[in-house]
Amino acid sequence: MCARFIKSKHFFEEGMVESLAEVSEANGKVWDEDAELDVVGKGVSRIDGYDKVSGTAKYTFDIKLPNMAHAKILRCPHPHARIKRIDTSKALNLKGVLAIHSHQNTPTIPWFWNMSQLYDAHLRYQGDEVATVVAETERIASEAIKLIEVDYEVLPFVLDPSEAMKDDAPKLYEQGNILRGKPDIYERGDIEKGMAEADMIVEDKFSTQVEVHHPTEVHCSVVNWDGDRLTVYDSTQGIFAVRDTVASSLKIPTSHVRVIKKYMGGGFGSKLDTGKYTVIAALLAREIGRPVRIAMDRKEMNQSVGNRPDSFQHLKIGAKKDGTLTALSHYSIGSSGAYPSGAGCSWPMRSVYQCDNVKTTDFSVLINAGQGRAFRAPGHVQGTFGMESIIDMMAEKIGMDPLEFRLINYAEQDQVSRQPYTSKKLREAYEQGAKAIGWWDRRQKVPGGMPGPLKRGIGMATQIWWGGGGPPAYATMKLNRDGSLDVLAGTQDLGTGTYTFIAQVAAEVLEIPMDQISVIIGDTATCPYCASSGGSTTAPSVAPAVKDAGEQMKEKLLSAAAAIMETSLTNMTYWGGKISLISDPSTSMDISAIMQKMNERILVTTGRRSANPDGYAINTFGAQFAEVEVDIQTGKIHVLRIVAAHDIGRVLNQQMLENQFHGGIIQGLGFALLEERVMDPYTGTLLTMNMCDYKMPTMMDTPQIDVIIVSKSDPLISDVGAKGIGEPAMIPTAAAIANAVYNAIGVRMKSLPITPNKVLDALNA
Amino acid sequence: MKFSTIKFELNGKPVEIEVPPAMRLLDILRETFKLTGTKEGCGIGECGACTVLLNGQAVASCLLLAGQLEGTKITTIEGLVHDERMNLLQRNFLECGAVQCGFCTPGMLLSAYALLQKDARPTTDDIKNAIAGNLCRCTGYKQIIQAIQKSTESLSDPDQ
Repeated sequence: MCARFIKSKHFFEEGMVESLAEVSEANGKVWDEDAELDVVGKGVSRIDGYDKVSGTAKYTFDIKLPNMAHAKILRCPHPHARIKRIDTSKALNLKGVLAIHSHQNTPTIPWFWNMSQLYDAHLRYQGDEVATVVAETERIASEAIKLIEVDYEVLPFVLDPSEAMKDDAPKLYEQGNILRGKPDIYERGDIEKGMAEADMIVEDKFSTQVEVHHPTEVHCSVVNWDGDRLTVYDSTQGIFAVRDTVASSLKIPTSHVRVIKKYMGGGFGSKLDTGKYTVIAALLAREIGRPVRIAMDRKEMNQSVGNRPDSFQHLKIGAKKDGTLTALSHYSIGSSGAYPSGAGCSWPMRSVYQCDNVKTTDFSVLINAGQGRAFRAPGHVQGTFGMESIIDMMAEKIGMDPLEFRLINYAEQDQVSRQPYTSKKLREAYEQGAKAIGWWDRRQKVPGGMPGPLKRGIGMATQIWWGGGGPPAYATMKLNRDGSLDVLAGTQDLGTGTYTFIAQVAAEVLEIPMDQISVIIGDTATCPYCASSGGSTTAPSVAPAVKDAGEQMKEKLLSAAAAIMETSLTNMTYWGGKISLISDPSTSMDISAIMQKMNERILVTTGRRSANPDGYAINTFGAQFAEVEVDIQTGKIHVLRIVAAHDIGRVLNQQMLENQFHGGIIQGLGFALLEERVMDPYTGTLLTMNMCDYKMPTMMDTPQIDVIIVSKSDPLISDVGAKGIGEPAMIPTAAAIANAVYNAIGVRMKSLPITPNKVLDALNA
Repeated sequence: MKFSTIKFELNGKPVEIEVPPAMRLLDILRETFKLTGTKEGCGIGECGACTVLLNGQAVASCLLLAGQLEGTKITTIEGLVHDERMNLLQRNFLECGAVQCGFCTPGMLLSAYALLQKDARPTTDDIKNAIAGNLCRCTGYKQIIQAIQKSTESLSDPDQ
């Protein structure tokens, strides 16, 4: 038996998750730093590529079932209200309307940590679900929701989290607006003592905006009952999570819910949570006895399916003249939105730099706006902007180069757990990134020192994240009679390349061409369990399980060949996808030849992710360097170049790695300069309702991007040695741009996004 | 609801439909003709995911109504399966890594195709302008630009 059960712990997004897992104990071949691999690490084109460029790829949005009806949600027009009366009679009379649900005719289904319900008569933001119409077409459903008459008791609202914390603020919940009633506090050492020891202290305030995910495919589900069993097609980052939530909400056995997701048009964290809409559709489908499709529109995407919470950070740090940090203090307030969601952002402050005296305080505050949700490195993107800005300010105050200052405070071990890292190559990232951007000779010696109205500057920032993944993660291999291989894993491809790396790993281990391999993922009924795709954990969790399944399959094939040749297993060797007697290469049989002799039997193995090593911290590291040009007449910032140098363990696919980095950096650029959810403080309504008012980067905003990977493998984590990259790619971009802007204009921008008017205001202040 | 009879050419074949005149071309393609390669991202002409060709011009099919289609030639991604220029673009999109989730890809390809039909040797700025109306949330756009550039190089190569 090459497996055992353990209690597995690893970081998922910002929290430690713990779960029982069966882990591999097989002594597979470790792909260490020197491993020479043929397929893994190469820039193999994505295996789902043809489907996507030909328009034949079917997304959840494209699923059409016979007799399918369409649902549309009526959302609350007020930022805070209570439903007094709902009259659906006119809407029900509209031709084509099949049913209408609201809190009046549905069971009470707990939602949002039991703080609310699926349909709650107490509506806490403009966009809260009031009622849902299901009709023959989406158009009829949209017309019908306008005919629903609702009397609202309009309640006072609050949008500013600092205001919402006050005793006399309008309350969203009886127990008050501060999530859990208190801040999240982390402390090590003695912060007062650390400040007292400092020769220099820098203190300042930084703020970041609410950012909206906007995957190109909207959130959508298609649900279909077959008797008491439910099939859910969902655009989700976690098929098993959706299965469990839907089953518990409907009080049906988990085994009665099957969740399927093949292709998906992005997620970025917004599709980690199970949508209310999925359960709403399932209830309606059960009532009308037909499949139901529900899809958000772009307004709902802006309003109701998550966002990166804002942050108002008050930072204070102390250092000695020689550059040693003595104290780091972080106090922040962030908006959860109307329903619980962590809005803290202090993890970078706790973990990036060597410092014995640290205190962080994070308030997550409930306000009358759309709920926050994990968004590509939750907390870290906001926190890194504040921290890396004040680190630069301190370096300047003590007259030290910002990079040199960072190196003086380099953390050789994890500052929170006091454990060593499995690997840390941040120093190499600093060195190589600095060299690539020309840090030592191309920066402005005097910030803002470039003559003329177009001012250039260079800045940098550091990234830390988890991303080591961990068990449980399983992959099943089925070797077919014709020698083709199916790999099944209950994970999901958000567009990131999961399909492709699974095929690459299988091809590498079994030494067979990738076109003999079919990858089947995103189906709870057929695939073994893998966790939700978040926290940059998919590749580091799933790839080792695939490798383990492959190693087991090799053993089986060797054993089968030995039986066919009536010899002992020890006489056999596996090479190049073929098996032969060690003594006589001419006896070689390829996989399909062996499988032909197996009659109709297929060979099946299930691989498992190995346990993470005890006593180590697993993190990804990196540094990004930005070069910008600021027009001080218009305030417009042009990002010329980003150099991203990162330690992410083993690269599984060079092309997809670069894709992830480019995409993450562009999102970081959007966060730094463009994107912002804007609410009207007087009416509590959302002003950025579409993709024109909510400004995302386009083709015209693309800078030159250079990606440098300083790591080869991290064999302590797993035989594969890969860490995740989705989130690390985005974390330091905005901070690096902000520091570059300072270097360019000599005025520090402390509030994101750095819009032209903020630049002009700051220059004129 | 009143229906109108509308005749136009879809992917090279004449078609005749009876639909409400205010039905969006996007819905005609996806629902009437089951051509789901054309995607909907925003429904109000901002994201470019539903881009198709109208008489060779790249347009947002969510902003065109049935009543505007009479006598036009509409081309979708499905209509260019055997088109050499489109195949070249598709190959280069894959080779350059210009595809991630792929939801914006058909629209992106049609915008690029329309550009190359008009101008086989566009500058980088021409390419950026042609695609600026197609939003992509996954890639950093650079690989998309590279893929289009690579296609123009092969197209202008006399040996090709």
